[in-house]
Amino acid sequence: MSEGVMQADKPQVLDGEGTDLFSKFDDTIAMRANLLASGVEDPFSLVMEKVLSPTRAVCNGRDTILLGTYNYMGMTFDPEVIESGIQALRDFGTGTTGSRVLNGTYQGHKECEDALREFYGMDHAMVFSTGYQANLGIISTIAGKGDYVVLDIDSHASIWDGCAMGNAEIVPFKHNDITAMEKRLKRIPEGAGKLVVLEGVYSMLGDVAPLKEMVKIAKENGAMVLVDEAHSMGFIGENGRGVVEDAGVMDDVDLIIGTFSKSVGTVGGFCVSNHPKFEIMRLMCRPYVFTASLPPSVVATAATSIRKLMGAADKRANLWQSSRRLHGGLQDLGFTLGTDIPQSAIVAVIMPDLEKGAAMWSALLSEGLYVNLARPPATPANMTLLRCSLCAEHTAEEVETILGMFERAGKAVGII
Amino acid sequence: MDRAAIDTRIRSILEPFNKKEVAVTDATTFAGDLEFDSLTVMDFVAAIEDEFDIIISMNQQAEIETYGQLVDAVTKMAAE
Repeated sequence: MSEGVMQADKPQVLDGEGTDLFSKFDDTIAMRANLLASGVEDPFSLVMEKVLSPTRAVCNGRDTILLGTYNYMGMTFDPEVIESGIQALRDFGTGTTGSRVLNGTYQGHKECEDALREFYGMDHAMVFSTGYQANLGIISTIAGKGDYVVLDIDSHASIWDGCAMGNAEIVPFKHNDITAMEKRLKRIPEGAGKLVVLEGVYSMLGDVAPLKEMVKIAKENGAMVLVDEAHSMGFIGENGRGVVEDAGVMDDVDLIIGTFSKSVGTVGGFCVSNHPKFEIMRLMCRPYVFTASLPPSVVATAATSIRKLMGAADKRANLWQSSRRLHGGLQDLGFTLGTDIPQSAIVAVIMPDLEKGAAMWSALLSEGLYVNLARPPATPANMTLLRCSLCAEHTAEEVETILGMFERAGKAVGII
Repeated sequence: MDRAAIDTRIRSILEPFNKKEVAVTDATTFAGDLEFDSLTVMDFVAAIEDEFDIIISMNQQAEIETYGQLVDAVTKMAAE
């Protein structure tokens, strides 16, 4: 999704010539200007002046309940996590100023990878500077010229960009369609390398992939399988290992990609695997080699948080309870949701169009509630969505307050 | 299967996607004349792939701009 900027760009015609390389953005600039002219607050330039807790912040001057962060497990203010970060900052300094393969691997990076191996029960773990780079790096490195990548059409931008960066043949299939995936796998020429890329939870609608069936079919057809578990780590599966654990296919998946910027509560990305040759990735993977490694404080907070997530059964239970209540409550109010039943910590509310969506977003913010406004092209089927993502720290009372805000805003905007 | 037979089959697959009933020639473009967006492209390509039991990867799709180029590409793939 687009990054916010402080002011809408105004189309500008240069003297002497009508167009330059920026002219290709004119349609988007005009769309943005029209939206802001309707009087809504800019959904893409919100500033959080103060963060009070994982679920509350002061946004644009208002005390606001946060229902649009990826802080699923509420680890950002955990005292032990914070303490480990402070200690690392004092002991190891502010940054590594180097690549993981040169001077950028500290004790903390190894301990963070140890924590990941333990969390997933896997032989290898590799920490990247962001989740985006983990997908970009692994996919572009293992799927090269002559290989085939078969992927869901609703895959995250980092997956598509990883595909674009490698030279493999890219074959998308209809979202979560097992038959469409199987047909395409069977048509791949004999002898070609095959990689199937799936996500545990798809972040726009919050729906889960049928991994049990899909992974089985991929393996039957000789493909390697990569699953992105960014939006499920920590709270799906008995040990929070994600949809792969819940579907019972941990042993059949070749690579799991994840992030520290959601349930773990900091920033960074990773890949875990049992592949015997996995360690060679550290030398072959350009987005791993040609970037600075994460600061010591970040890997220290990540390691502490990951270890705490292993035993976070109470938090998991609370998160699921909130997700069920919010989903059911919004349905009862008459909103159209992205899934019939709650499948994850994301509840997507489908808006009739971008104008109504932006008006609803703005009305909710006035009520003191922050949700994510998602619009095409980030969304499937050109939908405009208000995406609510819950946190394990949301209380039952807060969820009721949120439902009240949705009711008032929905009626004011004329959606319900 | 010759080019003419493939043309006939692709034409009938195209029909429900050609909402504005544009007269289709070999020079008709998918993005410009038929105004296909990315979702329509995916559904249309999937229908052709299933009809001829082939794969048209996104890399190959990038080379196909006109109806005539599509018929040529499918004719070539179906012969292999």
